[in-house]
Amino acid sequence: MARTYRVTTRTRAGQITGLFALALVALGVVLPAFVPRGVILDLFFILTMLTLAQLWNLLAGYGGLVSVGQQAFVGIGAYAMFAAVILWGMNPVPAILVGGGVAVLLAVPSAFFAFRLQGAYFAIGTWVVAEITRLSIAQWKALGGGTGTSLPREATGNIMGVDLVRSLFGVREAAARDILAYWLALALAVVTIGAIYMLLRNRLGLALAAVRDNTEAARSVGVDAGRLKWVVYLLTALGTGLTGALIHLQTARISPDAAFSVTNWTAYVIFIVVIGGIGTIEGPILGVLVFFALQTLLADYGTWYLLALGLIGIAVMLFAPRGLWGLISARTGIHLFPVQRRLLGQDQLKGD
Amino acid sequence: MIWIDTLVQGILLGGLYALFAAGLSLMFGIMRLVNLAHGDLIVLAAYLLLVLVTMTGMHPFVAVLIAAPVMFAIGWGLQRVVLNRTLGKDILPPLLVTFGLSVVLQNALLEGFTADSRRIPAGPLETASLDLGVVTVGVMPLLTFLTAVGVIIGLNQIFYRTALGRAFRATSDDPVTASLMGINPGRVFAVATGLAMVVVTIAALYLGMRSNFDPSIGPARLIYAFEAVIIGGLGSLWGTLAGGVIIGVAQTFGAAINPEWQILAGHIAFVVVLLIRPRGLFPRAND
Amino acid sequence: MSILLQTIGLTAQYGDFRALFGVDIELNAGETVAIIGANGAGKSTLLRSITGVLVNAPEQVLHRGTPIGALPADQVMARGIAMVPEGRKLFPSLTVEENLLIGGQMRRVAGPWTLEAVYDLFPILRERRLNPGTALSGGQQQMVAIGRALMSNPEILLCDEISLGLAPVVIRDIYAAMPRIKASGASVIIVEQDIGQALRVADRVYCMMEGRVTLTGAAATISREAIHTAYFGDAA
Repeated sequence: MARTYRVTTRTRAGQITGLFALALVALGVVLPAFVPRGVILDLFFILTMLTLAQLWNLLAGYGGLVSVGQQAFVGIGAYAMFAAVILWGMNPVPAILVGGGVAVLLAVPSAFFAFRLQGAYFAIGTWVVAEITRLSIAQWKALGGGTGTSLPREATGNIMGVDLVRSLFGVREAAARDILAYWLALALAVVTIGAIYMLLRNRLGLALAAVRDNTEAARSVGVDAGRLKWVVYLLTALGTGLTGALIHLQTARISPDAAFSVTNWTAYVIFIVVIGGIGTIEGPILGVLVFFALQTLLADYGTWYLLALGLIGIAVMLFAPRGLWGLISARTGIHLFPVQRRLLGQDQLKGD
Repeated sequence: MIWIDTLVQGILLGGLYALFAAGLSLMFGIMRLVNLAHGDLIVLAAYLLLVLVTMTGMHPFVAVLIAAPVMFAIGWGLQRVVLNRTLGKDILPPLLVTFGLSVVLQNALLEGFTADSRRIPAGPLETASLDLGVVTVGVMPLLTFLTAVGVIIGLNQIFYRTALGRAFRATSDDPVTASLMGINPGRVFAVATGLAMVVVTIAALYLGMRSNFDPSIGPARLIYAFEAVIIGGLGSLWGTLAGGVIIGVAQTFGAAINPEWQILAGHIAFVVVLLIRPRGLFPRAND
Repeated sequence: MSILLQTIGLTAQYGDFRALFGVDIELNAGETVAIIGANGAGKSTLLRSITGVLVNAPEQVLHRGTPIGALPADQVMARGIAMVPEGRKLFPSLTVEENLLIGGQMRRVAGPWTLEAVYDLFPILRERRLNPGTALSGGQQQMVAIGRALMSNPEILLCDEISLGLAPVVIRDIYAAMPRIKASGASVIIVEQDIGQALRVADRVYCMMEGRVTLTGAAATISREAIHTAYFGDAA
């Protein structure tokens, strides 16, 4: 009798995670009714950093494209959103989409340039792209040049959906804006994680793993490594641009130095991914929680906080290169977002 | 006439960028290690020189003789204890560890020296100039350029004329076979990083005497250095000097048109060169 | 006769794959030993274990009675055990002369082998001394690799497949140097697939199959049939 086998990425933990995640998202949606504004702002911060971290993880952890220039897309997304609002009179919420689109437009020439550089030099190449973008934007006088600008009152007072939130929760306009931004951040994080999970479970995930392990061999079995890198790079730029626009919608204020900050949008993000566990979806989630906890605990110590973060990042990279989630996963064998393919024989299939 | 002056100033500025880049080029050439903390290590060395000069009143050129061995030791230890553990096929560990180191150094310096701008006092040398007929050049920029040339000649001598240089090249080619020759690759790499830190100290001397510095300026120096290395072609020290000169000239011409365009012009020159010659001006044959 | 080098129950493993199962060999002072066997028999693994490229338990390899199994390669070399690696492995960035010099620069002991002595052994290398090592023909590269190992005036010379990929006439030239190398005082272990060449220069032979020594004896008396059996197993 021929044995039947099936390749699967499903695990029991994965199915439980699915249900749990659904419940968590539902809770997240109704949360503004129960918690104070400060918590919503913290959650907004956590969710946007989580999205940036997931995207960088897709790029570096799965795609092998170690970029230290993601601030280019945060900044350009934010500036495009501001331009759409201030110069063309768009409503800020749909203007976020403009931010994402312009980020992709910037990603095309920068990929064309940076992909000429290998490995570590790709990293600094992306940084140069970000610097060029920052310095160019600082020349744009209509958006405040080097000092930056704010969203005008008439735009912030007229954000799509804010009135609905106000009547729903009976809060002031500023609080309603934060709740709206929080919902958008929640949606963006869920869509990003969901999309990455789907991508990795699909053929793209296999192809990415093949390219990361051995570009030549992958090419020989028909994986187009060049095209894959483009797909991952552009998708990441899109998500990063949207997140950048959303972050600056919430702050309503922009400047080149803040919007293109390598510390805020790349260093923090890298530490979140590395500490949590690079190359896993769980890692950035765990990492952002650790990051937020550290920031809350050490917020009063300023430079010491960054110093500690750097040291922890170095220590994790040296002694636990798969991060905290890697340690947990190795101990327990749990995969909440199973993307590995496992071969099941008939015996296991029966119990499935 | 003003354009000749701009050109000469740019070439001399290129000497400074070549000094920033030489250490980076050395480490990459031998270990394929890109040190993202390179700029911050230059700033660290500048503060070390500043402390020596202000505490003892010695001349900066004398202070270098004390700071260089200290920086050699720091580089040696850093390589042995930390960076050697990150070397391998995967490019992530060295990148992320040196990136972490960059953040650590910046904030440690901020804690120790505040964010105030500082400068290494160099006395009358700061303002001295030399009339060359067609153009007048500052003694300091000229000295910087000549030092860069001297450093590159010196490094090339070490590379191609000494047993240490042989060990560098052999270990870079094939660490396993090098170990069969009795060479300990980890120790060779530590010496290479120590040597790179000596060059970093010399770069820091001119950085600190020519302009103000503070703990945050390291990453920008790293980018200039990186651009000079790539334009020149990986592994070629004379190419690195050429790359530095191209960045320097682009910057002074950019600044001559509009002062706000100085830095931008340098970056754009880099992108243009790379689009025309993806492997740089003087690529190494077997890379 | 004193035992210079000895492996005792040597084992080696690459991941899940076990390459050596308790190999015992001995090298006496002044002796030349050949280790023969088919591809994958574990010959090269044996040499990699002795030189420290693969790390073992300390007491699995003894040099003059001292456990060296766990020493890294550079420390093994410092004890006077030099290696001619499989595939020659010249340094592409170094000239022929630099390739030779680097062989002796970490272990400076007085002895018969100097740059001049190596050039006398392989005169063609003197002509090509300023060429990049990798610009030479395969046979010439093999001469550089042998000369490079000799430059440290080793007590023990390990040669891994020095005839591999070379034309018969070239192999003859290279093996013609063996008597002079032996006369200089080095004890030699030769790993070879070319049984004829190996038996001609060796005093004793070990035959390996699938990670074990299957036959050992004096090169002069060992029979072709016995080697054939040891090489391919009983079925062949």
